[in-house]
Amino acid sequence: MAAQGEDLNLEATELRLGLPGTVESEKQQMPPSGRSMKRNLIDVNDERESNKEESDGLSAQNCDKQDVHRPSKAQVVGWPPVRSYRKNCFQKKVESESTGAFIKVSMDGAPYLRKIDLKLYKGYSDLLKDLQDMFKFKVGEYCEREGYNGSEFVPTYEDKDGDWMLVGDVPWNMFITSCKRLRIMKGSSEV
Amino acid sequence: MDPSKSRDSAESTRVIQFPNDVLERILSLIDSHRDRSAVSLVSKAWYNAERWTRRHVFIGNCYAVSPQIVARRFPNIRSVTLKGKPRFSDFNLVPPNWGAEVHAWLAVFADQYPLLEELRLKRMTVTDESLKFLARKFQKFRALSLLSCDGFSTNGLEAIATDCRHLTELDIQENGIDDISGNWLSCFPENFTSLEVLNFASLSSDVNFDALERLVSQCKSLKILKVNKNITLEQLQRLLVRAPQLTELGTGSFLQELTAHQYEELERAFIGCKNLHALSGSWEATTLYLPVLYPACTNLTFLNLSYAALPSEELAKLVAHCPHLQRLWVLDTIEDVGLQAVASNCPLLEELRVFPADPYDQDINRGVTESGFLAVSLGCRKLHYVLYFCRQMTNAAVARIVQNCPGFTHFRLCIMKPGQPDYVTNEPMDEGFGAVVKTCTNLRRLGVSGLLTDLTFEYIGRYAKNLETLSVAFAGGSDRGMQCILDGCPKLRKLEIRDSPFGNGALLSGLEKYESMRSLWMSACKVTLNGCKMLARQRPRLNVEVMKDEDMDDGQSYKVYVYRTVAGPRTDAPSFVHTL
Repeated sequence: MAAQGEDLNLEATELRLGLPGTVESEKQQMPPSGRSMKRNLIDVNDERESNKEESDGLSAQNCDKQDVHRPSKAQVVGWPPVRSYRKNCFQKKVESESTGAFIKVSMDGAPYLRKIDLKLYKGYSDLLKDLQDMFKFKVGEYCEREGYNGSEFVPTYEDKDGDWMLVGDVPWNMFITSCKRLRIMKGSSEV
Repeated sequence: MDPSKSRDSAESTRVIQFPNDVLERILSLIDSHRDRSAVSLVSKAWYNAERWTRRHVFIGNCYAVSPQIVARRFPNIRSVTLKGKPRFSDFNLVPPNWGAEVHAWLAVFADQYPLLEELRLKRMTVTDESLKFLARKFQKFRALSLLSCDGFSTNGLEAIATDCRHLTELDIQENGIDDISGNWLSCFPENFTSLEVLNFASLSSDVNFDALERLVSQCKSLKILKVNKNITLEQLQRLLVRAPQLTELGTGSFLQELTAHQYEELERAFIGCKNLHALSGSWEATTLYLPVLYPACTNLTFLNLSYAALPSEELAKLVAHCPHLQRLWVLDTIEDVGLQAVASNCPLLEELRVFPADPYDQDINRGVTESGFLAVSLGCRKLHYVLYFCRQMTNAAVARIVQNCPGFTHFRLCIMKPGQPDYVTNEPMDEGFGAVVKTCTNLRRLGVSGLLTDLTFEYIGRYAKNLETLSVAFAGGSDRGMQCILDGCPKLRKLEIRDSPFGNGALLSGLEKYESMRSLWMSACKVTLNGCKMLARQRPRLNVEVMKDEDMDDGQSYKVYVYRTVAGPRTDAPSFVHTL
């Protein structure tokens, strides 16, 4: 262990996150993690302004070794001890503030779902064309009275109230604000 | 107190024999599982009477005992509380698929406890199949509470809503689940009336509001309702007028725009809820409508704002209306100035939890500091439970805080930068935590942080005579630290340590201790496989489980989980968990 420590010059790379200039004469006073640790990045898109105090303590050598997109502070797994659920709540908040209306799309029988950004489409025909490409199916002809005729595939969506609606009934702008997710139903199964 | 103890020794052999049914009648009035454990140790007769009359069993570690053993001992259980994974699994330190699956328990219960009514699970893995099984097999099932569990989806909840005809409680909190749709709520039967507790605040899919409204109207005994953030203010108003008897309310978000009329109606709805004593919700930063809550705040004893990232001024205004507040959970957006408002307005406060709104933000000027904590300790002398996330602290402040409030039972201080010293003196935080354990003689739970040497642990070992739970991270200097704890704290039950320089010497110094504890967790410390093997060899009644630590580069680090058990080594351990 000790030999390893010397080779890696652990003292220089040590993640001492205390204030710069802290005198640490005794071994006991050093923060205990003298090992090289992988730092897992929690927020990949997180770009924090580099804090000068931090970069004095952190050696560039250590960070480069980890080959990590670097926030000002390397993030430790599970620290601070905040429950994942709680963390995700606030990350989600940030996501919803950004532009784009990403919703999940499922198709009956498909092994996995897709995600699309509704804001990228100009209207229903644009959306349906893309969906048909993505999932390799064809919708029937839409008419107000009977819905989609001529295909076993029917595009539906879940609205804000939790109800499953037929795609195409409401004006496009109303649709993109109220659509929570899409589901391409197959066969004559009822919603 | 047993009166026979006061008689002289010649008579003490003549123990008064109660007829069994009298004994059982008396014992059936005892609820606390600790009291019951004590009762069961008195004599064989009492052991038997106790086991026949026990209705609720609490299992703090699902691997400490097997469902078969539980069923054999307690034939008449109606309510089970089960805890599974080690607490650090909440922070991603335990790999997925580790275990703690509830299904094996349910299978035995279906056989032995067909009349089971209540199941409360924490950190267990629950699948949709298990939920369906539960709904099918237990005809009298009434209450389901899932906290910090994983493995299920809203499909499983559909089964519960559909098939549990007598359901009174459905409490889904902070679980890692697959939120597919809100359809589960629509699965309650049309004439369903028994619900008393409904908490789906942490689910994000929309539920059908008409179904919810109908449910709330029909369930006249509904006392606790916590909806998710998709419920609008207008919808909330409609729910409240149908359930003015609510005692606990979790609102949706406060984002909707209201007309003046709608605002008045909402205000009246809140005024109508005269029994409300607990309030929570995920309130967004636009806070125009918070004043509708003010009338309801007068009687509040618990305010949970930990999902409401509100600015400090709004929080300050809100708490100013809560003179009877006993418990406050809040984000650090409250800042010191908001805590000052708490101190001035909430003299009855007993519990304060301040969570970080942005745990990874390094900006020292955000959040709370030692001043806020100090202010609360001055204004709220009954304070005994604190969880406090902050970016700076001093020994002097901590010492003064515990001087103001010596009654702390739970002191959990998290200085968010690992190994950070007292920011004024640059010294370790030893003296601060020393003051905590010296002054707070009733301390049962302690979470330490900051730069700490072995001295902190000497203090803890020497003074914390009632300590039951200790959490350590990035602290200590040598084996001696952990040894002091293991030698010193007679009531220690749970010890969890991460990223601290404690090795085999420390681990083995607890040989005499571990069987009196529930569990020990060590990760990113200096224990080696050999040390763990030695422990396992010398203590066959402990399960010593090791997992390779994937977060460490050196390929030699292990996560160690040691716990006492009467069930032997796990039979369901995945390949990455090795029982030594």
